[in-house]
Amino acid sequence: MKANLMYEDQDFEVSRALPDHHGELVEDLELTTLFEAMAGGDAFLFEVSKRAVLSSLRDPEAIRYRQQVLDDCLAHPEVLRDMYAIALEAMEGAKSIYFGWFRRYPSAILYSSVQALQLFAGLLRRLRHLADDHAADFRSEGLCNFFTRLARELGDEYFDAIDEHLRRLRFRDGILLSARLGKGNKGAGYVLRTPGHNKRTLKERIGIGPRSSYSFEISPRDEAGARALSQLTDRGTNLVANALAQSTDHILAFFTAFRSELGFYVSCLNLHGQLLAKGEPVCKPVPLPPGRPALSFDGLYDACLTLKVDRRVVGNGADADGKMLVMITGANSGGKSTFLRSVGLAQLMMQCGMFVGGESFRANVCDGLFTHFIREEDASMSRGRLEDELSRMSAIADQLRPGCILLCNESLAATNEREGSEIARQVVGALMEAGIKVCYVTHLFDLAESLHSKKLPTALFLRAERQAEGTRTFKVIEAPPLATSFGQDLYQRIGGWTTEPAGHTADTR
Amino acid sequence: MANGFFQKRKDQGALSFRGILGDQVRGDVDPAKGDDPGQGHDGTEPAFFADLNLDQVVESIVAGYEEYELKPFFYHRAGGAEAIQYRHEVLRDLEDETLLGDIMAFAQRMRDMRGHLAQAGKLHHKHQQQRWFLDAVEIYCDAVGRLASDLWRADLTSQGFRSWREHLSGYLGSAEWRSLAAETKRLEEDLSKVTYCVHVKGNRVTVRPYDSEVDYSSEVQATFERFKQGGVQDYLVDFSDSPVASPVEAKILDLLAVLFDEVFSALDDYCGRHGDFLDATIQRFDREVHLYLAYLDYIAPLRAAGLNFCHPDVSGESKEVFANDTFDVALATKLVRQRGSVVGNDFHLRDPERILVVSGPNQGGKTTFARTFGQLHHLASIGLPVPGRQARLFLFDKVFTHFERQDDLAELSGQLEDDLVRMRDILTLATPDSIVIANEPFFSTTLRDSLFLGTRAMERIIHLDLLCVWVTFVEELASLGESVVSMVTTVVPGDPSQRTYKVVRRPADGLSYAISIAEKYGLTYEVLKSRIAS
Repeated sequence: MKANLMYEDQDFEVSRALPDHHGELVEDLELTTLFEAMAGGDAFLFEVSKRAVLSSLRDPEAIRYRQQVLDDCLAHPEVLRDMYAIALEAMEGAKSIYFGWFRRYPSAILYSSVQALQLFAGLLRRLRHLADDHAADFRSEGLCNFFTRLARELGDEYFDAIDEHLRRLRFRDGILLSARLGKGNKGAGYVLRTPGHNKRTLKERIGIGPRSSYSFEISPRDEAGARALSQLTDRGTNLVANALAQSTDHILAFFTAFRSELGFYVSCLNLHGQLLAKGEPVCKPVPLPPGRPALSFDGLYDACLTLKVDRRVVGNGADADGKMLVMITGANSGGKSTFLRSVGLAQLMMQCGMFVGGESFRANVCDGLFTHFIREEDASMSRGRLEDELSRMSAIADQLRPGCILLCNESLAATNEREGSEIARQVVGALMEAGIKVCYVTHLFDLAESLHSKKLPTALFLRAERQAEGTRTFKVIEAPPLATSFGQDLYQRIGGWTTEPAGHTADTR
Repeated sequence: MANGFFQKRKDQGALSFRGILGDQVRGDVDPAKGDDPGQGHDGTEPAFFADLNLDQVVESIVAGYEEYELKPFFYHRAGGAEAIQYRHEVLRDLEDETLLGDIMAFAQRMRDMRGHLAQAGKLHHKHQQQRWFLDAVEIYCDAVGRLASDLWRADLTSQGFRSWREHLSGYLGSAEWRSLAAETKRLEEDLSKVTYCVHVKGNRVTVRPYDSEVDYSSEVQATFERFKQGGVQDYLVDFSDSPVASPVEAKILDLLAVLFDEVFSALDDYCGRHGDFLDATIQRFDREVHLYLAYLDYIAPLRAAGLNFCHPDVSGESKEVFANDTFDVALATKLVRQRGSVVGNDFHLRDPERILVVSGPNQGGKTTFARTFGQLHHLASIGLPVPGRQARLFLFDKVFTHFERQDDLAELSGQLEDDLVRMRDILTLATPDSIVIANEPFFSTTLRDSLFLGTRAMERIIHLDLLCVWVTFVEELASLGESVVSMVTTVVPGDPSQRTYKVVRRPADGLSYAISIAEKYGLTYEVLKSRIAS
């Protein structure tokens, strides 16, 4: 029995390994803020959100499957929260039972399993009644199929059969085992049997036929004998204890998976509530198949940024359909990094089946999202820093495949502009040809200008805008790179200083 | 058990069986080569083993095969070219993976059989002892019977295996063998038919024949089937399966012997009659064939890693030796385990060349190369495959090594003296058929001294016309005449800190190139593109 709320035909495993580069993704896109908002203070939901967001789906159909379940959940949040409460109760109850298990004795395993099964049977009954009451309200394939399965597989007769087994497993009439001669003539292949109608013949009963059974008794004072006897019956109940314990595990695994899968949607509801409360728009993104590069959006904002500030944040639009390179230049502190993050975040949220922070978002699914962001330690321009940066880039290159996206934020700024630009040109050129979509924020004019002058149809150039008077709008518009850095407006804003004698300019870079 | 391996049995077939290793396997003195101490003829580890790391190699080979006492086989050379040929033939037959698998299966069954006999000896309950004994015989019959039929199916070319096959078929034709096999089989079948029920209620235990009572566990499993998902934990308790019956089991077994009296009496009678079922020649084969099995097992991971082994041509006449793509087996074993890559090297000597002087950057593989030369020759002399794609090697009389002694480092003057004494001993005992391998001798003195002493030693070696590898930083020694060849270790072009571990035939040099930093990280346009495409 499976819930299958995250995948049509697959389990959602919270323990599955995350992609190698997830540490960088979390740091560069500031995802912890997102996970915290989704978790609403719950450590388990934090973990679920993290797995879901970082384990991207690659198939638009699979994404739509989750989007539909999420729609249902947004429409009936109370049913979602009721089901989640049942799952939680199962987990709590199991914890108290499982902890006492003394795993060396089948008799102990059997006892604990019977207890656990009694608890689970009750919770499953409640879950089925919930399904009976609400099945008609839901539209998504995921939830409708789940409710149908509950009704079909957990009928009343089934619960009766479970009760009957739990009664028989107390063994009031003793334990009957069958065996054969094993290694060294020791008994082997013990199997627990249901006692049959084993009657002795008349001849045997009056003592003139061959005897068909022999008995002996262990003296009540014989401790070694008693121990050996319980070992023997333990061999007989071993299989049945295993079967019961495994069944218990199966049901617990169902509840565990159920809780994780519901947990994702509960987390989505949490985030949804916070964004709506702030008046930020959210939209259902449109995932397109891989292959043809597509990326267009409107009013897209950095959801992590808005969660951290009081005011609403600026949204941006762009049409980068058919582009393999999106290069963003322009004013310092002009919103370039935020823009880059909003694109990466939207891609991740779309590929886990969530909504996206913005008015619209449409993109082809990618095979993996990577980030190469400037690090504090990269900024000093010594040779060692450049090597560190290149070594990080090389590590990313090891993982890149055609169909991936790489987000570069001021990459290769750890050396002078001429050198940095040359290495970057080679890297960007190779990546584009290898089928990797690159979004690159840079202040390296030599790099941006040389790529722009090639007039590649697959490249889009964006620029952080500024008003004529020099104030930043945090808007990013389509525009070619500008020769001068926006250091000038920074200089103006801070009020400037006395210029040195001829030969020096205000260009601080 | 060890003595049993050597009990002789009368030859039965027309093609008499010399043993799978040939005649000389017992570590007795080889009259042709004299009884030089330290050369392994007396069954003790040869003196040069440690320097060549052959001690590690042999330890690794015999690990897991201790019961066969294989070490002396690795110390003692096969004999002449004919004896080596005998083993090469056997090894060629063993290249057939089916045959190799058959022999390994045979050996496994024999080990299993011995385990069962040992267990029978440790038990006290009669019905238990007898069953272990019966099982041991069953395994033995199975081992021998299968080996014989496997060998008949195999396409054998070696004299060793063909004569062994004949010997076996003679044994299997004997009346004694046939009745043993048939009786064993019947008794096992009868015992396997015994099935019974035990009913336990309180302290009372009842034993009776099984009468088709229903399996309750599977009913329970069927009920809970629908929750099955993914792999689950196993809650089956692993009962410490002591072979000894508990007091309750012993009582049950006694009652079973009454309930099933006929089969238990037959077992008792059988055990009385078959105490000495083991054949001595089969036991000897089982031990000796493990020289091959253990060695093939040892080199299997190396071969799987793409390294080559070959059967070398061996000659006691020509000193024109060569090997292609050869390597140090001990080092390769270590590297392959750590998933490192092994660098192969070539060497050749053509008349009048006799001496390889190896120089070049340190840590570049000089010592490894020297060891390789020695290992190749020793392994070839046992008749085993040697590392390399192809090789021709000399059938030497003695190997001498002159390596730095770790324990003498405290006193340098003492070390030089020790060096000199050892060199003098070597040069006294060496004959024109010997091999000398010297690793940085006279390292602890001045260049001028080293040159002087090295030249003196080299003159002697040239005069003896023996084969020699001489590792040294004193490059001048490489130009002492037409019998001396210079070989050097090499570095990666452009990165002098990187060794290639290639040792090549040429005068020493020190080339270095600067490379661009992007190249170093594989981030140039061409390289990066191909990295992602691949």
